[in-house]
Amino acid sequence: MSTLVSAVEAAFVRQDLPTLESGDTVRVHAKVVEGSKERIQVFEGIVIAMRGAGLNKAFTVRRLAQNIGVERTFLLNSPRIDKIEVMKHAVTHRKNLYFLRGLTGKAARLKERRR
Amino acid sequence: MLTAILGRKVGMTQIFTESGNSIPVTVIEAGPCTVTQIKTVATDGYEAVQIGFGTKKNAKRPELGHLGHNLPQLEAQKKRRQEERAKTRQAARARGESGVAAETDDATEAGDGEAEQATSTARGTAERRRGRTGGGLGPFQVLREVEVKGDDEVTIGQVVDSEIFTVGDFVDVIGTSKGKGFQGVMKRHGFHGGQRTHGQSDRMRAPGSIGAGTTPGRVLKGTRMGGRMGNDQITIKALEVVQADAERNLLVIKGSIPGANGGIVLIRKQKVGY
Repeated sequence: MSTLVSAVEAAFVRQDLPTLESGDTVRVHAKVVEGSKERIQVFEGIVIAMRGAGLNKAFTVRRLAQNIGVERTFLLNSPRIDKIEVMKHAVTHRKNLYFLRGLTGKAARLKERRR
Repeated sequence: MLTAILGRKVGMTQIFTESGNSIPVTVIEAGPCTVTQIKTVATDGYEAVQIGFGTKKNAKRPELGHLGHNLPQLEAQKKRRQEERAKTRQAARARGESGVAAETDDATEAGDGEAEQATSTARGTAERRRGRTGGGLGPFQVLREVEVKGDDEVTIGQVVDSEIFTVGDFVDVIGTSKGKGFQGVMKRHGFHGGQRTHGQSDRMRAPGSIGAGTTPGRVLKGTRMGGRMGNDQITIKALEVVQADAERNLLVIKGSIPGANGGIVLIRKQKVGY
């Protein structure tokens, strides 16, 4: 990529976040604006997909909320993300874990990888 | 002050606003541009300034001359001049005034030299005699004429950069769109094409009727059909300036602009109210 483009992007890339991988169980602290108030909402789940590169990088988190699968995609470098906690890593054999959508209960578990 | 500068489209990316929204932006290497000619009402009938941007290796002599370069005489020019001199000398000799003619010849030559020195700078003449090029502006990849507004004095050789724009300004961007080649009516003019089902064959992307029958008995001029698409001059109006850094010749504009990366664009202050 052109140096001028990366120079523009560099000012927005966040260094304070952990590196994510698909399969990770994460707690995303996202800033939510309600009316005039801003509060932090925690979204906990498994990272099932990562897309993009550099400033454009995004990840999708899946969780079960009242037994209904909910997915939310965040831009990794967005200033609306307060912080990200990585709770667990998992052994994965592919980049996008879309197969988890069709699985429930015990079958939807991933093998934990300890570091 | 100039109302526009030239730049090179570098590429697109997305950045975040203060409120946390992600917006699409185009990065432009804007300027520095050099003023190469000033047009006035007295000489050209209108006010404008010609600016140059980028560099090029092999500019032709007329262009170099326009930019004020010293150009050595070509062999053909030297030869023609010598021949002309020889001819006048011969003509004088034929008139039988050999002594006087030689003197007058010298006199005219000396006169020529003085005139030359009077019209161009002494340094330029010396360099021309030595047969050296250079001394002028550029040569530039592109020369373009732009409007001037306000009473600021503009001089030839003056360098203009992205400083003329500030963050929050609205600009129009003029560029040449990507060439698409020969395209059908669906892509070129947004026609809907034909039915996909109900026994149709070869009608999916067809234009349909292109006119009535015996009256008028011809296809009207301007009827939209397939043909060459793209590679046109396109103006995108009212784009917001998100970042402007004259030091890095950087201009970041919200939204997309015409042409491929590396293409030359003209960025001008917005002409109409938004």
